[in-house]
Amino acid sequence: MSACTLVSVSTVLGCHSCSRIDMFSKGTKRKFSDDGDEMLDESLAGAQVSSSYSLQRQSLLDMSLIKLQLCHMLVEPNLCRSVLIANTVRQIQEEMTHDGSWQVVTEAFCGGSQSPSERLVATEVLCRSREQDAEPKLFSVLSYEGCREEEVVADETLCSVSVSDTASNVCLSESARHCWERDELVDADRDDETCESSRLGPGDDEDDDDEDDDDEDEEVDIDEESPRDNPKTMGQVFGTFEIKNGTPGPDSALEELFSDVDASYYDLDTMLTGIQSAPKMGPYDLLDSLAPSHGPPSIGSPSSCRSDLNELDHIMEIIVGS
Amino acid sequence: MCVCSLCVSAPRAAAGVGGGNDFQWCFSQVKGAIDEDVAEADIISTVEFNYSGELLATGDKGGRVVIFQREQESKNRPLSRGEYNVYSTFQSHEPEFDYLKSLEIEEKINKIRWLPQQNAAHFLLSTNDKTIKLWKISERDKRAEGYNLKDEDGRLRDPFRISTLRVPVLMPMDLMVEASPRRIFANAHTYHINSISVNSDHETYLSADDLRINLWHLEITDRSFNIVDIKPANMEELTEVITAAECHPHQCNVFVYSSSKGTIRLCDMRAAALCDRHSKFFEEPEDPSSRSFFSEIISSISDVKFSHSGRYMMTRDYLSVKVWDLNMENRPVETYQVHEYLRSKLCSLYENDCIFDKFECCWNGSDSAIMTGSYNNFFRMFDRNTRRDITLEASRENSKPRATLKPRKVCTGGKRKKDEISVDSLDFNKKILHTAWHPKENVIAVAATNNLYIFQDKMN
Repeated sequence: MSACTLVSVSTVLGCHSCSRIDMFSKGTKRKFSDDGDEMLDESLAGAQVSSSYSLQRQSLLDMSLIKLQLCHMLVEPNLCRSVLIANTVRQIQEEMTHDGSWQVVTEAFCGGSQSPSERLVATEVLCRSREQDAEPKLFSVLSYEGCREEEVVADETLCSVSVSDTASNVCLSESARHCWERDELVDADRDDETCESSRLGPGDDEDDDDEDDDDEDEEVDIDEESPRDNPKTMGQVFGTFEIKNGTPGPDSALEELFSDVDASYYDLDTMLTGIQSAPKMGPYDLLDSLAPSHGPPSIGSPSSCRSDLNELDHIMEIIVGS
Repeated sequence: MCVCSLCVSAPRAAAGVGGGNDFQWCFSQVKGAIDEDVAEADIISTVEFNYSGELLATGDKGGRVVIFQREQESKNRPLSRGEYNVYSTFQSHEPEFDYLKSLEIEEKINKIRWLPQQNAAHFLLSTNDKTIKLWKISERDKRAEGYNLKDEDGRLRDPFRISTLRVPVLMPMDLMVEASPRRIFANAHTYHINSISVNSDHETYLSADDLRINLWHLEITDRSFNIVDIKPANMEELTEVITAAECHPHQCNVFVYSSSKGTIRLCDMRAAALCDRHSKFFEEPEDPSSRSFFSEIISSISDVKFSHSGRYMMTRDYLSVKVWDLNMENRPVETYQVHEYLRSKLCSLYENDCIFDKFECCWNGSDSAIMTGSYNNFFRMFDRNTRRDITLEASRENSKPRATLKPRKVCTGGKRKKDEISVDSLDFNKKILHTAWHPKENVIAVAATNNLYIFQDKMN
């Protein structure tokens, strides 16, 4: 189990009282002031508490997305945990949609070059999870001997967040998703349901090729698509080949998002003969370097909350993209 | 005289297996290494007494099973109960590699369940994520000597040299305990097996993974019946998984399974071959005032256990233990808070993944008390009759022979009294997930990472 130190988000979300709202919100207000915090405040009536609540909700969302990303590469990840995290993400999204803050966050983070419509939530971690040489990630399994379970094979930079204004589309961890795709690969073989087994096939590769062309280095640009229902798209963290052959739209968008990894997953030959790649520093490495966590993990004590805040600022900076 | 702080003026309760108030718990034994550096493979992942309580089995992350046997009580010291000593150790599961998915299959033993004893040998089921094995543990304490056709060391004798006929005699030998795999039930689970449960008919058992439950016959390994399947046609729609399942202790057609949404479904196998439609549905309505982003996660049930009587069942979610009457579906009859002080720390516990820890729970033999684990090597016991509860700690410091365990208390705010521990000082790496209660006596086994603690009551 990872022993990362805890950030000081502990109290507002889901809790009764918070003694650190002011501290946290001051810190993040500095962070976000250039990026549209004013818009946020205006939209949310400028109340300090409510804006800090939404910021902390956002950071819970980011935390959840990272958790889904960091699936065990050696062993199949825990399905129960993934389902619970995905449900949490969906819940946050729904609330943000009702708030209207989903729109705001979209505008806050989108660059001018990309239209805010029809985009999936993604962090750079999710977008750029692999090297350019497109080696199958899963074969770095064998090189992870000394690595802790939760290290991610990903770029070291957590760059800007691109957020969809259609709250229903959430792009979740690709590796978690692909874990479940691998799951389904076996499942297809065993199941009596022919619908699943029919999804294996060359059709998958065609989709991959299309999406490869569309992939961008920075935020992934998703083609026009109609918003899907929350549960349907959210569940793509458990993605299967059904996604590939499903109706066009979010599926192809998702494919584009994960395109540099996908091809190899769906190609059995590649899977079986893949080359190992060296582990790269992932976000948890970053957290580790910020906050050495020797000894038992304990809930952040008041004395360490100042350093926690600094670390949180740093992380938020990276996520937001300074 | 009992000096336990709990039973200030309580009269001595009726004899028999009681709760935590009319006697004290004392340290009896601890098994396992003392090193600070714990090897991952040594972490205990399951603990289970057999039906008589004579044997205690543990499984660990390294795929090994260790069985302890209670020694016969000595007549010289009638007050000291028998100690548990190692009886047999064997490697139950090995790590495997799933070539199709390019993923390892852990050898960690998820569950051990004993079969009722029918002859001199003992049988148990042990399972990892994918494969269930039936093990036979048998003793050999005699061997035949005086064969006609071979020597004592096994060499064949020259038949022409044999002039007389003799009958081999059985001679005693040092006790040898052998464990052999008798059945291997494999390839029936796509997802990770979380529960196995032996049916009351002693012929069948069920195994549950995240999305499916299968019914097996103990004699048949190449087939199993799928009795529950909650896998959606479209995996994108998956929002709920099976977290635990158990057969009813008396009715061989009834079983329950719990979900990650905090619901329990009771199914009757007579109703249909596929029990996707439940006979009873147990769910407590949510308290809207305590709703948060973590509500669903902490409502996820990590363990479900029927009472020995078969009338009640107990469920464990992240913060509480609930006792349900099988005849009442809309709410539990009893709710016990295990570590409510963690409710304000849920976000931190979510970040370090502790919120996903799966604690187990257990009944005592008479169903009058229940026990479950917590953090900092604390474990909790609740007496259902007196409504008293106690927090105890499994630690090396309290490990003097027959030392009485002192109740522990967690300080939730304000001034911390002496001997109390504050919430922020709790060690979340030291978690007690697995506990077991002797089926007939007040003897408990508590697994603390790589150590197994055995506590007994001090007979007053």
